Amino acid sequence: MSDWQTEGYLTVDDLKEKGNIPPEERLRKAPVAITECIQEIPCNPCKAACPFDAILMETITAPPKVDFDKCTGCTMCMRVCPGLTIFMVYLRKKGGEEVGEITIPYELLPVPEKMSVVEAINRRGEIVGEAVITRVFPPEKNSGTALITMEVPAELLMEVRSIGRVIRGPEGVSR
Amino acid sequence: MSENDIGTSRIDRHPILEFHRRKELTIYYHGRPILAYEGETVASALYAAGVRTFSYSPGLDRPRGLFCAIGKCASCVMNIDGISNVRSCITPVRNGMIVEEQKGAGTFPETTVGDYETASPELEADMVIIGGGPAGLSAALEAADLGMSVLLLDENHQLGGQLIKQTHRFFGSKEHDAGVRGVTIAKSMIEKVEASDKVSVLLGTTAFGYYPGGVIAAVKENKQLVKITGKRVLLATGAAENSLAFENNDLPGVYGAGAAQTLMNVYGVKPGDEVLMVGSGNVGVIVSYQLMQAGVRIKAIVEAMPKIGAYFVHAAKIRRFGVPIYVGHSIKRAFGNGKVEGATIVKLDDKWQPVPGTEFDVKCDVICLSVGLHPSYELMAQAGCAIKFIPELSGHVAVHNRNLETTVPGIYVAGDSSGVEEASIAMMEGKVAAISAAFSLGKPVGEKRKEADQMLEHTQKQLESLRDGPFGARGRNGKRKSFELYEQLTGARV
Repeated sequence: MSDWQTEGYLTVDDLKEKGNIPPEERLRKAPVAITECIQEIPCNPCKAACPFDAILMETITAPPKVDFDKCTGCTMCMRVCPGLTIFMVYLRKKGGEEVGEITIPYELLPVPEKMSVVEAINRRGEIVGEAVITRVFPPEKNSGTALITMEVPAELLMEVRSIGRVIRGPEGVSR
Repeated sequence: MSENDIGTSRIDRHPILEFHRRKELTIYYHGRPILAYEGETVASALYAAGVRTFSYSPGLDRPRGLFCAIGKCASCVMNIDGISNVRSCITPVRNGMIVEEQKGAGTFPETTVGDYETASPELEADMVIIGGGPAGLSAALEAADLGMSVLLLDENHQLGGQLIKQTHRFFGSKEHDAGVRGVTIAKSMIEKVEASDKVSVLLGTTAFGYYPGGVIAAVKENKQLVKITGKRVLLATGAAENSLAFENNDLPGVYGAGAAQTLMNVYGVKPGDEVLMVGSGNVGVIVSYQLMQAGVRIKAIVEAMPKIGAYFVHAAKIRRFGVPIYVGHSIKRAFGNGKVEGATIVKLDDKWQPVPGTEFDVKCDVICLSVGLHPSYELMAQAGCAIKFIPELSGHVAVHNRNLETTVPGIYVAGDSSGVEEASIAMMEGKVAAISAAFSLGKPVGEKRKEADQMLEHTQKQLESLRDGPFGARGRNGKRKSFELYEQLTGARV
């Protein structure tokens, strides 16, 4: 029995083993979808939502595989995923350094404000750093699921998958 | 929360739902005025006002709270306007209503016959459907489309069954609304049913008896007897949540997970502040997530099996918010003075026995049980349908064939009442039952018949694909057993 079956979260090694992690050069090019969906469950809306045929799935119970060359990071798949298990990841150049840009689906209140600083949370629910919210696609435009884009240190790109409490508001005010 | 904190557990803001509260009414609970909103139930109004005890058990006089909140159990029966044994969870509030806790078995009503409607209307339709959940709604729309007159009954005061509580996006195929929230699917089907001139809907009406000659007896609003006959009958009565044996499992605050869902997602009432979830199947994990969306803290999820039962993605959704899941653990006891204040958890060995010395306490005000459901098969048994225990279908069911017809010709089952699965399957089964029923009445004809033939075959294939894969094995095997039993019992080959 794998640990994820008893623990409820995947490790980066689990995802690597499944071939779900995009290659480094692709991560540096533009946002790309990473699916953390590895079980045979009857579900295919992500495949149907993809305008680029970038999601491969032979039968309805097959776990989705992303064709990283076809994927444009457009977020259409993550908007409909019932498992909230598709994320957009990007190693973006910012000045002379590299930052991790992650977009997550989010269905709790409050929806964080753009430019606020929040706790960056990993798959186990642990605080691993701070994230700056850089974009918010509001829940009312996506039948209840907000898409939250945040900036984290590059080394946390594959770690952070959730957000916690607001640390500072958009004006830099501590909360 | 003390009983004086009136209204504090009403949810005002929710990430998915909007609660449009209707007219304010007053009901009287042991003489004390309680604020209620038109359209809600006695139980939800009392709960919002902090009431946790609804009845006392016969004999031992133990306090009892809600358990199922959908009219399937007797935990919440109260004296309402002088009548004992009224299910407060499905009885809508009325201004000036007098509500009291019920002691034991209750008393014979002093009200005279004059308060009741003595005339019993006799209703008939091509297709009578008992239960307005996903299976019943889907069957009603299909039957109407195929030219049948439909009478749809539900004992609740709104259509939709459990579908109106499913705030999450559905799994399944895109073609069948996957990625769409259950509440949205429910709204669309209900609107279509209400707009259909072929479908008559009778709400607040409990079908309680199936009499020889195919007469269904029902009681409307607890006041009037209604006699119903249908050329074809679909019993889409759903399922009821299971309890679990542990010390103090009847303490107010121990609820079926679905009851918590009903309170928060239908009536906008927070079930509590801190919840322990027992069972990590899809229901347990999804309801935990929904509780978090309602602003409730999940203290832990315990699971007796050595691994998580739910789809991994559902579990991952709550794990990333830090909710611990204890596999190989169970609840040993609930404790609290008159209501839940906490629970003792214990580790289990590989023979399911508690390991002494591993107990620890969790402070919580609600314990939700998500340990499975069992089909509601009472009407099928009364109607003379062959009933068998099929573990993969989660209990006793009316034996049925691939077209969902039972061993009594003309009586069909669909959805959880025919074996506990999930809502997408229930909707497809409702469709299959309706098409089969129409065909047996010679409807429709011509081009429309060809279309219906194709639809039937297509839907059967869709059902097979949803039962594909490891998670579908249970339903797949259970249904196969039912179909084989049908052949053995009727000698028919379908």
